[in-house]
Amino acid sequence: MKKLMIGNEALARGLFEGGCRFISSYPGTPSTEITEFAAKNDAITCEWAPNEKVACEAAFGAALAGVRSACAMKHVGLNVAADPLFTLSYTGVNAGMVICVADDPAMHSSQNEQDSRHYAIAAKVPMLEPADSAEALAFAKRAYELSEEYDTVVLFRTCTRIAHSQSIVKEGEPVAIPEKPYEKNIAKYVMMPGNAKKRHPFVEERTAKLTALAETTDFNREELVDGAKIGVICSGTAYQYVKEVAGDSVSILKLGMVNPLPIERIKKFAAGVSRVIVCEELDPVIETHCKNIGVEVEGKNLFSMIGEFSQNTVAKALGLPVKEGYTLDEAIPVRPPVMCAGCPHRGMYYTLSKNKITVIGDIGCYTLGAVAPLSAVDSTLCMGASVSGIHGFNKATDNKNAGKTVAVIGDSTFMHSGITGLVNIAYNASNSTVIILDNSITGMTGHQQNPTTGYNIKGDPAAKIDLETLCHAVGIERVRVVDPYDLAACDKVLKEELAYEGPSVIISRRPCVLLKSVKAAPALVIDPDKCRTCKMCMKLGCPAISIKNNKAKIDPTLCVGCDVCEQLCHFDAIGK
Amino acid sequence: MNTKTTNLMIVGVGGQGSLLASKLLGKLLVNEGYDVKVSEVHGMSQRGGSVVTYVRFGEKVTSPIIDEGEADFIVSFEKIEGARYASYLSKDGKVIVNTQEIDPMPVIIGAATYPSDVLDSLKAKGAFVDAFDALSLAKEAGSSKAVNIALMGRLAKYLPIPYEKWIAAIKNTVAPKFVEINEKAFSLGYNA
Repeated sequence: MKKLMIGNEALARGLFEGGCRFISSYPGTPSTEITEFAAKNDAITCEWAPNEKVACEAAFGAALAGVRSACAMKHVGLNVAADPLFTLSYTGVNAGMVICVADDPAMHSSQNEQDSRHYAIAAKVPMLEPADSAEALAFAKRAYELSEEYDTVVLFRTCTRIAHSQSIVKEGEPVAIPEKPYEKNIAKYVMMPGNAKKRHPFVEERTAKLTALAETTDFNREELVDGAKIGVICSGTAYQYVKEVAGDSVSILKLGMVNPLPIERIKKFAAGVSRVIVCEELDPVIETHCKNIGVEVEGKNLFSMIGEFSQNTVAKALGLPVKEGYTLDEAIPVRPPVMCAGCPHRGMYYTLSKNKITVIGDIGCYTLGAVAPLSAVDSTLCMGASVSGIHGFNKATDNKNAGKTVAVIGDSTFMHSGITGLVNIAYNASNSTVIILDNSITGMTGHQQNPTTGYNIKGDPAAKIDLETLCHAVGIERVRVVDPYDLAACDKVLKEELAYEGPSVIISRRPCVLLKSVKAAPALVIDPDKCRTCKMCMKLGCPAISIKNNKAKIDPTLCVGCDVCEQLCHFDAIGK
Repeated sequence: MNTKTTNLMIVGVGGQGSLLASKLLGKLLVNEGYDVKVSEVHGMSQRGGSVVTYVRFGEKVTSPIIDEGEADFIVSFEKIEGARYASYLSKDGKVIVNTQEIDPMPVIIGAATYPSDVLDSLKAKGAFVDAFDALSLAKEAGSSKAVNIALMGRLAKYLPIPYEKWIAAIKNTVAPKFVEINEKAFSLGYNA
């Protein structure tokens, strides 16, 4: 039956049809739904791991035991899983293993625009890249064969426009899975120098064999147009733009295996046209390869390394006409993402902003605390960098900043990579105050369970990490819990912990307002006769409050009755 | 069947229910036998930011996204969001707009003003604009959340797909307890 599926769902289906029976992942846009869709299939054991390194290593363990496995992550997640990846390249696999990695050109929901293809080159493993959902399914299904035949982990790259674009797929039948019983093999799986030295030549030989495969495989294909003067080499979503704009006038070499890249095949393709253009988003990976093998190509002289492409990007580069729409004379104010009305993070951020605290931030919805008017966050680097970063910030300055600096980190991010930073604070003794913004869910990626929520990926009860006990156990004696809807309590606890000379943790605890289990209270109303337009309530940056006809007004369709603005009003104008 | 690819953008404010609308459209169009691609964005952008979903259908669709000057329809869940994407509207494209105003943060903090007359400007440039209060219709149907389906009702007037097919797709997409409200919202939008 024909079905419309986002790339992630199709990829999950392809993994299943290819024999995947174990998936461990950490959520990350745009990769999250791969594991969520797979988890709906009872044939596959699916888990949310605390981070991508754990996920990758769990998948390695499964493959070692003889079970075809996968893990999925966003591009920056692969940085976290890079350690196992590079040595997995040496050990190879027993049963097949696939690492799905989703890039985010244009940074719809990411902190950088890194190109994951560099990892495939650096780790010397094959990388597949589909151009739509149907290919995501087909390629994923065949990835295990590739993995087992060449004794390698396979990287599977998508980008936002593949991961989150729906196109039509046809489900197939699962393959028969070959038996791969675990057999002890110290020389292959114990990567100490003596053994690793013998595995490295294997890796180089494998790359040569995979390059030979790239010359003939139907993962790559030529779409030749008779008499075409221009030949375009492309992969993934860029292929779709080229196909749409110039599919009937240029010849195309469409690469589905983006590492290793073919040599003779590219030379032959180039020989058939008078001008070769490489169309690839982000970095000039294919272009550099072509130049290295002596094929003259154009690429980044025509296309940007920044952001996503589109039909018009390709049309402009090829000198084809570009369509135009309407232009308006007035400016439309930008609409950046904001913390939701009733977001439990807001009360704590208001308190930090009011007290002019320096905030070493982290990755999650709460990064939005950096947006005006709260403007409360001073730095955001990567997962866990708040807890590690504040230690350096305070320790290196002899704790002179300690009384006016905090780290903020969400519950899921704390589980991901905040714990080791907290161990460091206790062990290397800085007067750091860490605020765990515990909204009892992994929020930004769309509500995934994590080890602090008490539920697993299927929604079944699971072991629940107690944050207070954990913080105590790593050596933090002072652990306070506060409700961020209570501004007076937030202010009191914050001041006390900043005054304390020693490490401490504040757990700012209230579930995400978007959780189905959280019932909204009736919307608040502002009495226009009492409102003096002092704009105190506006300091919260709540999207439900705005000034209309020179009075503050609450949008009843957005307000969830959190009462935080009511606590700020000096004129008793806000009420039920 | 029309063999030319039809380009339809759904724009609005994160959290307004555009993903459900695109899901409904996708199912409907596949059932009608079209090749369909739908591209949406999840994550950070959904948190009250400006969101856009591309829906393309025809005999054979290649690119999953719509570019400037290509949109045959822009369905805007909020008054100024359609205007934000005016450069995407093809010269003979149609804008279907909910007149509900949601202030973006720069307006809330006083750094910008809300351009309330922007739909008139768009019309003055010659664009086809069908503006109506979908929020009131959704409330009349029983839930302000049904604003997405009220807008789909309006869109249905312009697409060559029979009314009953839309109703069947609604039944297929929304939770059973919300079918009645959504059917009513659809009908109100269609007949408004």
